[in-house]
Amino acid sequence: MICVKVKILQDKCTGCGACVNACMFGGVELQDDKASFTQKCISCGACVKSCPEEAIEIERETPAQAAKKLSEELNELRFLSVHRDTEHKGVWVIGEHASGKIHEVVYQLASKGHELADLLNTTLTVVMVGTGLEDQLDGLGDYGVDDVIYVNNPVLGEYHWEFYVNTAADLIMVYKPEIVLIGATPIGRDFAPRLSKRLETGLTADCTWLDVEPGSRLLLQTRPTFGGNVMATIITPDSRPQICTVRPGTFKPEINSSKEVRIRTTDFNACPEDCMAKIVKIVKKEKKQVNLEDAIIIVAGGRGVGSKENFKLLEELAELLNAEIAGTRMACELNWIEEERQVGQTGKTVTPSLYIACGISGAIQHLVGIQNAGTIIAINKDPEAPIFNIAQYGIVGDVNEIVPALIEEIKKTKCGKTIIT
Amino acid sequence: MIVFVCIKQVPGTVDVKIDPKTGTLVRDNIPAIINPLDKHAIEAALQVKDMNGAETIAISMGPPQAEEALREALAMGMDKACLLTDKAFAGADTLATSYTIAQAIKKFLAESSEIAPYLVICGTQAIDGDTAQVGAELAESLGIPHISYTSNLVVKDNTVVAHQELAQNEVAVLEALLPVLVTVTKEINIPRLPSISSIVDAYDKKKIIKWNAVEIEADITKIGYSGSRTQVWKIFSPEKKTGKIQITGTAEEIAQQLCKSFKDEKLI
Repeated sequence: MICVKVKILQDKCTGCGACVNACMFGGVELQDDKASFTQKCISCGACVKSCPEEAIEIERETPAQAAKKLSEELNELRFLSVHRDTEHKGVWVIGEHASGKIHEVVYQLASKGHELADLLNTTLTVVMVGTGLEDQLDGLGDYGVDDVIYVNNPVLGEYHWEFYVNTAADLIMVYKPEIVLIGATPIGRDFAPRLSKRLETGLTADCTWLDVEPGSRLLLQTRPTFGGNVMATIITPDSRPQICTVRPGTFKPEINSSKEVRIRTTDFNACPEDCMAKIVKIVKKEKKQVNLEDAIIIVAGGRGVGSKENFKLLEELAELLNAEIAGTRMACELNWIEEERQVGQTGKTVTPSLYIACGISGAIQHLVGIQNAGTIIAINKDPEAPIFNIAQYGIVGDVNEIVPALIEEIKKTKCGKTIIT
Repeated sequence: MIVFVCIKQVPGTVDVKIDPKTGTLVRDNIPAIINPLDKHAIEAALQVKDMNGAETIAISMGPPQAEEALREALAMGMDKACLLTDKAFAGADTLATSYTIAQAIKKFLAESSEIAPYLVICGTQAIDGDTAQVGAELAESLGIPHISYTSNLVVKDNTVVAHQELAQNEVAVLEALLPVLVTVTKEINIPRLPSISSIVDAYDKKKIIKWNAVEIEADITKIGYSGSRTQVWKIFSPEKKTGKIQITGTAEEIAQQLCKSFKDEKLI
C-alpha cells in the first residue's frame, strides 16, 4: 500500500517527541509542545508506529490506486516525444542505481539502445526509479539518451521490486515503448520477470547480442542456450514491448552524442513499510568487493592450473600486472578461487583489454563470458583446446612452467626499470 | 501450511559434448538429473516442515520421464509429487511455464479441505536455461510476493523471514506474510541424502499425481508453444575469432616475448 497523508490528532498528542526521533527525514518537529509536520515530510508513515498515544493517523491508498494516480498524472504531462496511443514506439532502458550512483550497466544499455533507436528511427528513454540522482541525469545525453523519466522519492534509495514493477508497468502501459532493455544484474533479474508477467509480454534473459530488423521492427535477442553450446536468437513476435535483460559488460558504454536530455521528474509517493515483502534490515558483509566487470586486465585459471597452490602463482602474476584474478566454473567448484570471481555463463561477463587464460580449455560456457574481451592470451597444454580458436596469442605449454618464468621476467624488467630511472 | 516446491529435470550438463561433424549437442547417454538448485529448494521445504509441520508437494512440468525427478523428490521426503505432462505443454517459454504451474497450485489449493496458508519454493535458476525467470513470474501469476536469491529462510507463525543477496557486499533481511514465493541459492542448505527406506517408499508406496491441460483447467492460449510470447528465430554455432599468433619456445623464451609485448603496451 502507498501512503498518502499523515495527520496529527492535537488532542491526543502529548509532545513526547517519539515521532521526531523516529523520522529519518526531519519531517516532524515539536512546536508549542505538539508534533508538527515540516516540508520535509514524505508521508512514509514511520512516525505512526512510533507514537505511544496513537495520535498520528495515516490515510492510505492501495498500490493499484497509487499506480492509477501516477498514470493519470503522467497522462496529463504528455511530455514524451515518442508516439503514443497508436502503436508501440521507442526504445527504453529501465535503469538501476546503488549507493546513490547510476549503475554502469545503464550507460552500456543506453549506448546500445541509442544504436537500436537510430536503426528504428525512434527515440531512447531511460527510466530511473530512485533518489539523489538529479546531478547524473544530464550526463545520459552523452550516451544518446533523448528522454529521462525520473521517478523520484527519498524512500526509493533502497530497492523494492514492488516499486520498480508498479512504476515500470504503469509507465509502459501509458507510453507503449516497443523495446525495453534491463540489466541482467541480480536486481534486473529480480524485477524483470515479474514485469513481463504483469504485461503478459515476452522476456529474454541474459542476451549477449542485440539487433533489430528495421522492416518488422523485431528485436533480435541472441543468447547462449543448451548449456552454451548453441547460440539462439529469440524474438517476441506478437506482444509488446519486447523485453530483455543484458549482462553487465556485454556492451561498451560509448560517449558519442551530445544530446540535451529532456528530464521529467515525477513523484511516486511510496512507503516501503507497506510493501508485501518488507526490508527489516540490511547487513553489510565484511568482504573485499570484487569488480571483475570493470577490470582492464584479468588473469584467469581453469582446471589445467592443477591445484589451489598453483593458483597462488596466478595471483602473483595478477598482482604484478595490476590485474584482477578470475576462474572458470570448474576452478570455483574445486574451491581454488572464490565464486564471485567466476567468469562465464553462470558467472560474470567481462570486457578487459587483456585476458590471460591459464589452463582453460575453453568450454563454450566460459567463452561466452569473454567474447567481448580485447586481446586474449591462452596458455594450455592441449594444442586442440578450443580456447586457442578465440585467443589472439596461443601458447602450447604447461601453465606451471610458463607462469613462473613470466613472473621472473616481469620482476627482472621492473627491477631493471628502477635501476635505469 | 502447504509448501510447494517446483522442480525441473535437466540434462547433467557437465558431460555435454559437441558433435564435431554436426556441431550439435550430443544428448545420448546424458543422465537426466534434478536441477541442482531445486534440491536445495526441496531441502528448504523439508526444514520448514520439520519446524512447523506442513504438507510438502513437489511439482514438475515435463515429459513423462520427468517422473524420475519427482521420485527422487519423494525419496528425499516430499509428501506428494505432481507431474504436469501433456503434449500441449511442449515448447513453453517461461511465461507459459509459470502460468501452467500456477494453475496446478491453484488446483491443489482449491482441493485443500481448509484455507491453508502456503509457501512456494523454487531454485533460483536451472542449469540448462539459466533464465531465473519462472519463480518471479509464478509469484506474479499467483498474485503473491516473491523473494529471490534467498540464502536463509525461517518460517514462523505464517511469517517468512528471508535473507536476500542481491548485492555482493550486503544481505537484506526481508519479512513477508504467507503466501510467499522464495527462490533459493545453494548457500541456503545442504540437501539431505535419501535413506534406503525412503527410496523404497518413493517407488513402492507413493504415487505420482499426473495432470494434463484439461485437468488443471488451463487456457489453451496460455500454454505450450502457442502460449509462449517468445520464439526461437534462429539457432547457430558460436562465432570463432580468427587471426591467432602462436608463441613458441622454451618457457623462458615465451616469458621474454610476452614480457616484451607487455612492456610495449605499457602494461608494466
